[in-house]
Amino acid sequence: MAKNKKSTGCSAVEQQYRDLMRRCKANLEHADRELPPARENFKETLAARGLSRRDFLKWTSLTTTALLLPPMFRPMVAKAAENFSRLPVVWLHFAECTGCSEALLRASYPNVDSILLETISLEYHETLMVCAGHQAEQCLEKAMHDFAGKFICVIEGALPTGLNGRYLTLGPKAKTGLEMAREVTAKAAATICIGSCSSFGNVQAAKPNPTDALGISDALGIKTVNIAGCPPNPANFVGTLLHFLLFGALPPLDALGRPLWAYGKRIHDFCERRPHYDAGEYVEEWGDEAAKKGWCLYKVGCKGPYTFANCSKVRYNDGISWPVMAGHGCIGCTEPAFWDSMAPLEKPVAEKTVLGEHTLDKIALGLVGVTAAGIAAHAIASAVKGQKPDYSDKK
Amino acid sequence: MSQRIVVDPVTRIEGHLRIEVEVDSNNVIKDAWSSMTMWRGIEVILKGRDPRDAGLITQRFCGVCTYVHYEASIMACEDAFGIKPPTNARIIRNLIHGAQYVYDHIMHFYHLHGLDWVDIVSALSADPEKAVAIARKYCDEPYNCSATHYAAVQKRLKKFVDSGRLGPFANAYWGNPSYKLPPEANLVITSHYLDALEVSKTGAQMMAIFGGKNPHPQSLVVGGVTCVMDMLEAERIGQYLYRLKDLQRFVETAYIPDVLLAASYYKDEGLAHVGAGVKNYLTYGGFWLDDDGKNMLFPRGVVKGGDLSRVIPLDENKITEEVAHSWYTGSDALHPYEGKTEPSYTGLDKNNNLKGEEKYSWSKAPRYDGMPCEVGPLARMIVGYASGDPAIKKLVDGTLQAAGLPATALFSTLGRTAARAIETKLVADQIEGWVMELVQNIKAGDTRTWTRCDVPESGQGRGMTEAPRGALGHWIRIKNKVIENYQAVVPSTWNGSPRDRAGQRGPYEEALVGTKIANLDQPLEILRTIHSFDPCMACAVHIIDPRSDKVRAFKVL
Repeated sequence: MAKNKKSTGCSAVEQQYRDLMRRCKANLEHADRELPPARENFKETLAARGLSRRDFLKWTSLTTTALLLPPMFRPMVAKAAENFSRLPVVWLHFAECTGCSEALLRASYPNVDSILLETISLEYHETLMVCAGHQAEQCLEKAMHDFAGKFICVIEGALPTGLNGRYLTLGPKAKTGLEMAREVTAKAAATICIGSCSSFGNVQAAKPNPTDALGISDALGIKTVNIAGCPPNPANFVGTLLHFLLFGALPPLDALGRPLWAYGKRIHDFCERRPHYDAGEYVEEWGDEAAKKGWCLYKVGCKGPYTFANCSKVRYNDGISWPVMAGHGCIGCTEPAFWDSMAPLEKPVAEKTVLGEHTLDKIALGLVGVTAAGIAAHAIASAVKGQKPDYSDKK
Repeated sequence: MSQRIVVDPVTRIEGHLRIEVEVDSNNVIKDAWSSMTMWRGIEVILKGRDPRDAGLITQRFCGVCTYVHYEASIMACEDAFGIKPPTNARIIRNLIHGAQYVYDHIMHFYHLHGLDWVDIVSALSADPEKAVAIARKYCDEPYNCSATHYAAVQKRLKKFVDSGRLGPFANAYWGNPSYKLPPEANLVITSHYLDALEVSKTGAQMMAIFGGKNPHPQSLVVGGVTCVMDMLEAERIGQYLYRLKDLQRFVETAYIPDVLLAASYYKDEGLAHVGAGVKNYLTYGGFWLDDDGKNMLFPRGVVKGGDLSRVIPLDENKITEEVAHSWYTGSDALHPYEGKTEPSYTGLDKNNNLKGEEKYSWSKAPRYDGMPCEVGPLARMIVGYASGDPAIKKLVDGTLQAAGLPATALFSTLGRTAARAIETKLVADQIEGWVMELVQNIKAGDTRTWTRCDVPESGQGRGMTEAPRGALGHWIRIKNKVIENYQAVVPSTWNGSPRDRAGQRGPYEEALVGTKIANLDQPLEILRTIHSFDPCMACAVHIIDPRSDKVRAFKVL
């Protein structure tokens, strides 16, 4: 980018997208050769579920733009969706509540996302797999062997590091979570942390953190993509995997490892109650007249102004609601240490000293600085481990 | 010769659990130990925090039984603050909780437990026409029932099997002699396994309408609920009711008939009381039908030793927790208000097995009047039945009659599974009435959703409710406006508890004793009984041979 001359600012962007497209095509060809064959024909599955070609096209357009890609990538997104069930996934559970797995099972419908998640190739997932014990362990070993360097390791849950990791033991050999995480992530093509526990430690890591629980990246010293949220929106997980299928790389991330396309904006910026904030119209206490009118929840503790996530755009459960719509306000669950930094949850942060003396807007500005410039970021960053395709721009 | 078999992790549950059992030379389980292998320390984390934050924090105990800890914690605070939520808030909580019951039980039966009864691979050899006939025996218009549909399900399964990559179905116990259903019955229930994925999404949406999202809804506060806009919008009520109808239809035409279908082939196990366990049943009561909690959908009480003729009224002071065999310090039986949570991990023995004589679990051992008690759907149906609750009695009798079983067949693994289906119908059929009660109350001019309150300088309170998995209690002590002590006694602690000071086994442990295992390489019967409790912690199962000390390696199928 820097090499481009000033006068060609526009074509620099075009060039960037052309490079990106080249990468994408190279990766899709590579994936076609390397990934195991699909178990189900995606088009047939869509048809069987009553989704037309038109529905699918609509979905690919929406997804392409959601991933901050230009329209020319739409056919590639469609191809990546067809490959979705070919990508082997090993899903590990550590210190967590299984809410993230539940959230994925509840992905909205009738919607392509939910079909993708149903056809996902889960080689190991303790909540869903039928076999147990030794047979389960064999499944894990087989996946690590057969798909070494190719599978995606998804981790739900934090790692307790106290007691030398023995606050959590797993499997016939009673390995610690730490040992298991090290072994599996070492063989994975990439590690995706689903939820705030694996991303940042979450509730078990709240003060005084009695088990010394840490997020995966901190516990193992590896790079991870963090799909933060308690639980996160299933769409953010699907989009991140699609990005991997498109480019063989995980998407551009913010300083906290969160994909920019989903976590680049504050809840506050797209909140349906934002006009009331701007007009100074606040709910003063639960159930008051202002609450009945849907005014801003800032004074009853909404942490939307400090929280980066797309909840206000995507919502939950087929878009039926989200916490602010239900009149509660955001608790900041996509941010690290939110149980401590956002507490007490029913009071504005400004009344607390955790984030210093800053006014709301100053804090917000400071945070925005971290994650700005999402749109241009695509060609810059990608968290890749063990990537095989050649992405260099051969001239 | 007896053997030690290791099964770890136990899958299709929430959390991390380890069970070890000893089998004799006839493959009958002689002894068992249940161990929870993870500690997260959330009760410690709560100390010093604003009590109003406890609900959202404790909700993170579990994302499968989402909502219930939120409610129990808020109820404990309301008790400590000395306030009650307004009528509308009480009803909305029931609507969220009701949705949770229905979709959670459906998900448990089909996705977590069903494949302990149903052999998916056998379904491939079923005759779709005959499957239609079998399904119609238990329901006039079974859910999604046609020969074409069943054939399509077979085709989808076959592709899976042919691909050689079975994903979650790989390496399981297909073909085990303990599977007793004919191929056609396996096909019918398997087809509903797939349908249930969609249906539980619908239930989750019901929760989200008034809860903001699922899992982990976010619309309860101490004193009431926040979703006043949703409550005042007729369209929201309609969205909720519309989805309720879908769920009810699934319960009526899939869940109940499938349980009856399975029961007809596993009848002998019910009659032989396989997996009965401690036969003491405890409920705290749940779903307040009035603002004082005097009238509840599930009655509270204790049934001792399987005696259906007598219900002992619940005395909360008799609830204690012991840690003699748990990885915590202390030796007393303490009421939860006095409860301590100070970890003291002593690990496994040199062979990587539980030290059954010493401490061996992160779970404490809750006891009622010194007795281990089972909690959950079976306990609710038994306490309700023994209390003579007309709705529960009618449903239980009717269902058992349809299955050709006596009431005592409830004391079994099969009975536990049937009780869950029965109460799903009971709850699903109540919900519409609650919606109408809400509408009526709003029409009468009451739009209150919150009772004004503030954190007291000091105080204590408890919230007792019935989670889908069983009796759930939170106990809170407040000092200087912050949490001084917090203890939660959760259903899986009751059911999955280790031994107590007196050496009495917990309900999982007791339920496993006496069960015969058809194939020691495949712990199917153990999973069936453990899953029937709907466990909510991650676990592992061991079968121990005290003499040979041999760890039996599992073979790949």
